[in-house]
Amino acid sequence: MSLFWNFIAYFEDSALADNIRENDNLFPLIESIHVVALCLVVGSIFMLDLRLLGLASTKRPVGRLANAILPVTWGAFAVAFITGFLMFMSNATKYLANGYFVAKMCLLLIAGLNMIVFHVISARDLPQWEKQASPPLRARLAGAFSILFWISIVACGRWIGFTMAPH
Amino acid sequence: MNALLSELSKWLAATSLSHSIQTAGWIIPTLQTIHILSVAVVFASAMLVDFRMFRLFEREVPLPQVMQRFLPAIWPVLVILLLTGSLLIIAEPRRSLVNSTFQLKMLLLVIAIVLTATLQRGTAASPAFWEQDRGHRIAGRLVATASILVWSGILLAGRWIAYTQAG
Repeated sequence: MSLFWNFIAYFEDSALADNIRENDNLFPLIESIHVVALCLVVGSIFMLDLRLLGLASTKRPVGRLANAILPVTWGAFAVAFITGFLMFMSNATKYLANGYFVAKMCLLLIAGLNMIVFHVISARDLPQWEKQASPPLRARLAGAFSILFWISIVACGRWIGFTMAPH
Repeated sequence: MNALLSELSKWLAATSLSHSIQTAGWIIPTLQTIHILSVAVVFASAMLVDFRMFRLFEREVPLPQVMQRFLPAIWPVLVILLLTGSLLIIAEPRRSLVNSTFQLKMLLLVIAIVLTATLQRGTAASPAFWEQDRGHRIAGRLVATASILVWSGILLAGRWIAYTQAG
């Protein structure tokens, strides 16, 4: 555990973290970019989830749609991750003590697991059903859970702003 | 104009609805969460169509089909944004109405709506409209570029409202 806290302290005590804390415009700027990126992440994931639920893009094979959308999702996720980490490192100890932050990180992991389970197990026979307007139950469940997890992630993110002491 | 908005803020802040929303601590973050999730849907939809104008997304699918999939959803979701946004204004009128960042956001929103409607209407007039010749392709890409910048500006301004509010 001390390795973890050394790791946290290394980032929190860095000059960069100090700059983000002290500069009046840097944190809002990073946060604004985070919002733009996360909107693209969540919005694009919802489109894929709605396809899995059979509610949108029903004429487009699931695999084709996923190949088109996921590069956008991952590109935006990289930006959201970097900006998120920059905000985190500016006040790491306080964020780790915030229940909504911890919940958000857990939910991100769960959303990731849901995606891995879908890709590795549920979508093994994708070519057999990807053209169906309404995919099999296991795919619809993956889509429904994904929407649920991402709504919770955004809600936790918003609640962090209301429960963290101002800088 | 600002004097008028200032009067309106005072009046709104004195309404019982404003008081009720302010008193129950969970309402504002909940409204903001719904607002951000709706922004995510509108923003991702607009961005994917803009990327398609540059042939960076779903290039093997005809443009009218891509637009038909992503653009119509924007309008009903904008109504949700208008409703949650209005409630947020009623709750904290001085935070937004007399805030120049909020006013900029509203101006950008009008421009974004015009740009998105322009893309949709061109294709509605004739399916090949944006791809019929070099001139239309360039015009389409200019509209798409403006759309990417203006929608991103709306999100950036939206987050920045919190940092420029009066008092």
